[in-house]
Amino acid sequence: MALKIEARRQISTRMLYMTPFIAVFATVVAGFFLFMLLGADPFEALYEFFISPLETKYGLSELGVKAAPLIMIAIGLALGYRANIWNIGAEGQLTLGAVCGGAVALAFWEETGFYILPLMAIAGMAGGAAYAAIPAFLKTKFNVNEILTSLMLTYVATLFLAVLVFGPLKDPMGFNFPQSRMFSDSAILPIIWEETRLHAGFIVALLAAVAVWVLLTRTIIGFQIRTLGSAPAAARYAGFDRTKLTWFCLMLTGALAGLAGTFEVAGPIGQLVPNISPGYGFTAIIVAFLGRLHPLGIIASGLLMALSYMGGENAQINLNLPQAVTGVFQGMLLFFLLASDFLVRYRVRRLKPLVEGA
Amino acid sequence: MNIDTILPMLLTVIAAATPLLLASIGELVTEKSGVLNLGVEGMMLVGAVIAFAVTVGSGSALLGIIAAAFAGITLSLVFGLLTLTLMANQVATGLALTIFGIGVSSLIGSSYIGTPVEKLGALSIPGISDLPVIGPLLFGHDILVYGSVAMTVLVAWFLKSSRAGLILRAVGESDLSAHSIGYDVIKVRYLAVMFGGLCSGIAGAYLSLSYTPMWVEGMTAGRGWIALALVAFASWRPWRVLGGAYIFGGVTILQLYLQGSGGIGIPSQVMNMLPYLATIIVLTVISAGPWRGRLDAPACLGKPFRPAS
Repeated sequence: MALKIEARRQISTRMLYMTPFIAVFATVVAGFFLFMLLGADPFEALYEFFISPLETKYGLSELGVKAAPLIMIAIGLALGYRANIWNIGAEGQLTLGAVCGGAVALAFWEETGFYILPLMAIAGMAGGAAYAAIPAFLKTKFNVNEILTSLMLTYVATLFLAVLVFGPLKDPMGFNFPQSRMFSDSAILPIIWEETRLHAGFIVALLAAVAVWVLLTRTIIGFQIRTLGSAPAAARYAGFDRTKLTWFCLMLTGALAGLAGTFEVAGPIGQLVPNISPGYGFTAIIVAFLGRLHPLGIIASGLLMALSYMGGENAQINLNLPQAVTGVFQGMLLFFLLASDFLVRYRVRRLKPLVEGA
Repeated sequence: MNIDTILPMLLTVIAAATPLLLASIGELVTEKSGVLNLGVEGMMLVGAVIAFAVTVGSGSALLGIIAAAFAGITLSLVFGLLTLTLMANQVATGLALTIFGIGVSSLIGSSYIGTPVEKLGALSIPGISDLPVIGPLLFGHDILVYGSVAMTVLVAWFLKSSRAGLILRAVGESDLSAHSIGYDVIKVRYLAVMFGGLCSGIAGAYLSLSYTPMWVEGMTAGRGWIALALVAFASWRPWRVLGGAYIFGGVTILQLYLQGSGGIGIPSQVMNMLPYLATIIVLTVISAGPWRGRLDAPACLGKPFRPAS
């Protein structure tokens, strides 16, 4: 009896939605062995990592706090990935959004008013979009690879933030610590769950996911993006404007990442500091793939990735394991997902012997 | 400026260029076979931490370097399994490799932060190494500096003059033709990917054993990505990779010296941006220049191959 791998005529929709679950399961199994290797009781460790964050009000609310930026960034990225536009510099766009939103908050430091938060959000989106405009311009004008430019700009953004918080935006009363003033109450996002840090940004993230879903499935530009990715030749014959779509995807991702950055400084952080995000911009890449580049799938995968951050914290506090296990889990998950995607396009069949009993 | 100030500067340029050269010469061979591995940064980081851990554990830097090479190969095999056997998207898999490498390296490295290690010793030839100027400049380096140049020579010869190199290039330029005349495309690509992993691992070892002999989380600081840019900058030619790596090493050291010379009133972080901005500018120039279209990228770069069965 032999096994034969053959290409499916059409990709399997069932497998397309099954593989994220297969990948999560494989990650849990691999995690079991990883924890054993690290000398922890694997059952206890998996419990601390995946279950215990869900048992407390604090844990549940923090899930939302961490999922909000992941979801917001990932839905933008997914749009681009569908069209084969590989923006991997969302971390930098988030940083620029935080800087611009934060600068508005600091400019209105002594003011109170309902208008401050919307103004910050607009500035944050503009900052993130402007930063994404650099790879968009270089890509459309000079055909420069957007993977490398957007990533290089991430390093530049982090350094730019450092220039500001070590220099002009440093708190004058802050004992020379590299951080800005605390934002005034008018520049802090409202809390939507009492006694927690869960802020209105989480609702905005959910709304953004729904809005992008509508855009993708119900509008011409959404159709063009899907075509550009799945059938580039057809898109060319149909005369879809590749330049315009590249700009659109990058600007939208940049704006959403920038908004996520503004929400981080106007939400859980409350000021500008040298480190704003624990790699949300990169983790969002995994969120986008795990969510099958689908806005609603991304909400679920965003919550799961938020759980991996919580799990890492718990493993560190309760089991004395390095917090870096979070990164290993995230990387393994993406590996397993990409590997199991094989089943979407191919199937394994048993070959029957041609002559029975020969 | 006299020779006493220029000489140490040139030595540091060599040190800054070596990890870039090692990583990009490996990636060049990978890409020549038609595979784009964006996981260089991740493989370098794991190479750096493994080299460090093994050197601290065994007391032998040579063992550390060998272990780093094997770590790089292991990770590259994961990449190969996914992209070559399971035909996953190369861009996404490369990103996954980098994310995984960042995670694994900080997990392994968490117990080594602050641990000292002896800097990789220079190979010195008594007498010659003591010559003024020429001695330290040409004869006072560690094994990896010479290794990186030797690797460039080897790769240049391999690709240009050896039969195996010709097959590798054929696979990268036209996988279908190579397949139809009987070459095993997937096997060639596996080997090329493994060579890339080996070089990235050793490049990481150079960082944690020689360039800054210690372990710091994320110590590659984007060098893996700069190495990827260098391959394109060099239009897939080994000697140009060598030149490019030394130019980038020069940019890195120039900004350090400008910072060190104190003045000019520019914050150090702005100076630190230079290598990244230089990468963007260089990529733009090579993509936009009059020689656009003759970039010599392997024709099958990034495209999956599955023989019809």
